[in-house]
This record gives sequence, structure tokens and C-alpha cells, in this order.
Amino acid sequence: MEDKRQWPLYEVFIRARGGLDHKHVGSLHAADARMAIDHARDLYTRRQEGVSIWVVPSKAIVASDPTETDSLFEPARDKIYRHPTFYEIPDEVKTL
Amino acid sequence: MSLDSPAVDAHAVDSQALFRYVLRLGDLSLVLGQRLGEWVGHSPAVEEDLGVANIALDLIGQARLLLTYAGEVEGRGRDEDKLAYLREQDAYFNAILAEQPNGDFGQTIVRQVLIDAFQLELYERMTNSLDVRLAAIAAKSVKEVRYHLRYSSGWLVRLGDGTEESHARVHTALELLWPYTVELFAEDDLDRLMADSGIAPRLSEVRDAWMQRIEAILTEATLKLPKDRPHAWHGKRGQHSEHLGYILAEMQYLQRAYPDARW
Repeated sequence: MEDKRQWPLYEVFIRARGGLDHKHVGSLHAADARMAIDHARDLYTRRQEGVSIWVVPSKAIVASDPTETDSLFEPARDKIYRHPTFYEIPDEVKTL
Repeated sequence: MSLDSPAVDAHAVDSQALFRYVLRLGDLSLVLGQRLGEWVGHSPAVEEDLGVANIALDLIGQARLLLTYAGEVEGRGRDEDKLAYLREQDAYFNAILAEQPNGDFGQTIVRQVLIDAFQLELYERMTNSLDVRLAAIAAKSVKEVRYHLRYSSGWLVRLGDGTEESHARVHTALELLWPYTVELFAEDDLDRLMADSGIAPRLSEVRDAWMQRIEAILTEATLKLPKDRPHAWHGKRGQHSEHLGYILAEMQYLQRAYPDARW
């Protein structure tokens, strides 16, 4: 059963400006989604950090298991050919 | 039209009258902002601490613009600081609802809803003021105030339509503070002059819109609209409740103890 004495936790994602992705910036407590947006606005956009806010109930996030780190991430270590570092990038290409 | 536009142009309204009227607007924001600041470090949750402080800072910001303008209109060399820190209580012209104590969080929220809705309806109309400076200040402030009302009305609905205890508390606060709202809309000669000159909206019009808004919020909060009661409050003329003196004592202490102190 949920503990009613504590507001549930929400994760906050902010889009800094149009065209960019929403980035995770932190978390906060709120009674519901609307209050979470208000709190996110007050806590995380005080210095004009963003133009859009997403809030997600923390309990809705499924995380990878830290004990499986070896099997999940180690196998990628020796596959350096997946990094596109062998290409010559023409000077004309500014944003890649 | 911008925040540092020169003083009134087209219409030649008495500058002393305009000075007093602008102080009414500025003092309402200043005193309410100072009151809200008392919550910092004491809010029910750290998230609300920041929420309330943000609103307080918006209000102080509005007060700075308005007091600066008032000082220019007066033309006696008083800036925002002189007006904020060195005026006596009877030279403050805020409606006394703003100076009423915070009480519990519910009481603070009730006071906030009543004033937010007033400022919203007032500033929305004042963006059309013939006084370009006031129109610009209103245009900036209305965006802030719209959020303030979103915040405060959200809380009022939560508390009113919440538990038995939270409902009882905001009900009591609403009954306590309602009589003070009469003063917000009590039109006197100065309000009339400003409306006639196209500087400010008609208070009766602001009141109708305010009432509609308040009724909708109270309905959602399952709260009953209190009955109007006779009032004898004249904060707008400088006659205040006993509370303002304490606010000013705290706010003005430093400038009075160390004149012209800066940091």
C-alpha cells in the first residue's frame, strides 16, 4: 500500500529550447501530475532553463539491474568498430 | 511602450493623484510579497517553499517597477528604495487584505487567490491603459499573475475538496478574509479619476470579472461564497490594520538603523 503521508516521487525532464531533447534534471515530490508540473516549473525553470516540462511518476520507470551490468554492458567494450571514428569528416559538415 | 517609457504623456492628469494611485498598485504587491516571504523555510514542503518564494519575488519585482515609476511621477527624487524603506505606515496605500497575517497555509492560499484574481483582472485591462508606462508594467505582470492564480487556485481546490479538516480550515479562512475584499473594489474619487482618464479600468468591471472567476474556483473547491458584510477598511487611503506596522518594522529596520546602507 502507498504511504499517504508522503507525496509520490516524480522524475522531471526539461527541454532547454525548441528542437532539443527533454533531459532528465532531477526529481520532486507532488500529490499529482498537475502539482508536479507546477513544482517542476518552480524548482527547475527558475533561471530560464526550459521551454517544456515532462514529469513522469518515478514508479513508472523501469531500470536495468545493477547486478547485471557485466552481461548487459561489458560485451560492447571490444566492439570499437561500432564507433564511427574511421570516417573522414569534410570541413563543410558543421553539425554531426 | 516599454518598462522605462517616460511618464504620462497624452493626458495631463494631476501628478500627485497619479503618484498615489501607482502607490496603491505597488504597495499591494510589496506588502503581499513581504508577507509571502515569511513562509520561506517554514512551508509544508520544500517544493512549496520555492513555489511561494517565487511568487513573492514576482510581487517584489512588480513593486520595484511601480514604485520606481511612482517616484518619477512625484518628481521629488525618491526612488524605489526611498519609497519602500522610508515611508511611514499612513503613506502606504495598499488595500489591507494584503497585510493580513499568513495564518496556516490554507489561510495564506485563500488570501492569495483573492488577490491574484484581482490583480489578474486589473492588469489584463490595464494593458490598454493610456499611460504607456502602466500598460507596459501590466503587460509584464499579467503573465506572472496568471501563474500565481494557477498555483493558488490549484491549492484552494485541493484543500477545499480535500479532507474534512482541510475543508474546514479554508472555509474559516475564507469567512475571515472575505470582508476585506470589499475594499479592493470600493471606488473612491481617485479610482474614478483614473478610470475617467483612461489610465485604469473601472473597478466595477474588474469586480464583475473577479466575482465570476472566484465563484468558479469556489465551486470547484466545494466552498460556499461568503455573504458581503459592511466594511470600514481604508488602507487605500493610508488607514491600516495593526498588522502593517509590524511588517514595515521588519522590512524597514535595516535602512532606518543604517541609513543608505548598501551591499
